[in-house]
Amino acid sequence: MHELGVTKKILAVVLERARENSVRKVLAVRLCIGELSDLEDAWLQHYFDHLSQNTVAEGAVIKVTRIPVQLQCARCGDLFQIDIRRESTVRCPECGADDLSLVSGNEYSIEDMEVI
Amino acid sequence: MKEIKLIDIKQDILKENRESAEEIRKRLRKAKTFMINIMASPGAGKTSLISRTIAKLGPKRRIAVLEGDIESSIDSRRISQQGVEAIQIRTGGFCHLDAWMIDKALQELDLSMLDIILIENVGNLVCPAEADTGAFKNVVILSVPEGDDKPFKYPLAFKVSDITLINKIDYPDFAEFDLKSIRERIHLLNPSALVLPISCRDGSGIDEWTAWLDGAITAFLQ
Repeated sequence: MHELGVTKKILAVVLERARENSVRKVLAVRLCIGELSDLEDAWLQHYFDHLSQNTVAEGAVIKVTRIPVQLQCARCGDLFQIDIRRESTVRCPECGADDLSLVSGNEYSIEDMEVI
Repeated sequence: MKEIKLIDIKQDILKENRESAEEIRKRLRKAKTFMINIMASPGAGKTSLISRTIAKLGPKRRIAVLEGDIESSIDSRRISQQGVEAIQIRTGGFCHLDAWMIDKALQELDLSMLDIILIENVGNLVCPAEADTGAFKNVVILSVPEGDDKPFKYPLAFKVSDITLINKIDYPDFAEFDLKSIRERIHLLNPSALVLPISCRDGSGIDEWTAWLDGAITAFLQ
């Protein structure tokens, strides 16, 4: 159900931008979603296909760019990626410190769209 | 052949919800009413925590509860029995409460007569974490029987929460529950978050929890 609400919001933004730019047809919509989110690409496309019927966005492909979870070490400044759902204890691979902060992985945005 | 153009959008999908949430916070600040959002899986102890909180803080603070429920109204009846106003928000299958739903529910309350509003979000750890409700603080409850791997599976709920309550520590499985790795993981997702073990059944940790909440309200009022 969650994807349905999100898809409605995406479509509203896409249609508004399409109107502003006198777009005839939307071919693709690119999203940036961080790995911390549980959004499912297949559902997004499915709902988008359904909701966009009879609009200029009908048939557009949803392209999701997943942004990996990236951490930065507070001690040595090293920047590294992790699989947040797999790795249990996370330490800086360079110096072994555990004082780490999240740099990316929390994204949730519409980047751009391909149109004619 | 028509030329394909690229239109830059760069818009946060949740922008509209966040703006509504900001509006709610503005209104609550003006009314001096504190709001806190409680998230958890089904059965983790959201309603029990609310009951415990009302029993403890009720004599001192005026409380109301917003109950997010997919269909039934069992929880709100349980809360109403404690003499506290409970507004039922039926989401009709929707998996979380968003700012718009909260805004509608708040219209049914006289904010000037309230010190705290407790939101019982819909029972799951995925979607509630993504939508700002307009609350000032977020709480997530993780109960011992669910296992200690939840912060790994649902990192976002733990990232957005100011405090994680580990409930049902009276449960025998607590002996094998890896509290240390949970603390480390939560600290990684949110360095300022607190982790507090509690039991809504025998009351352990409830005093610490209500002291934290009361402190947050006092800080909010200053």
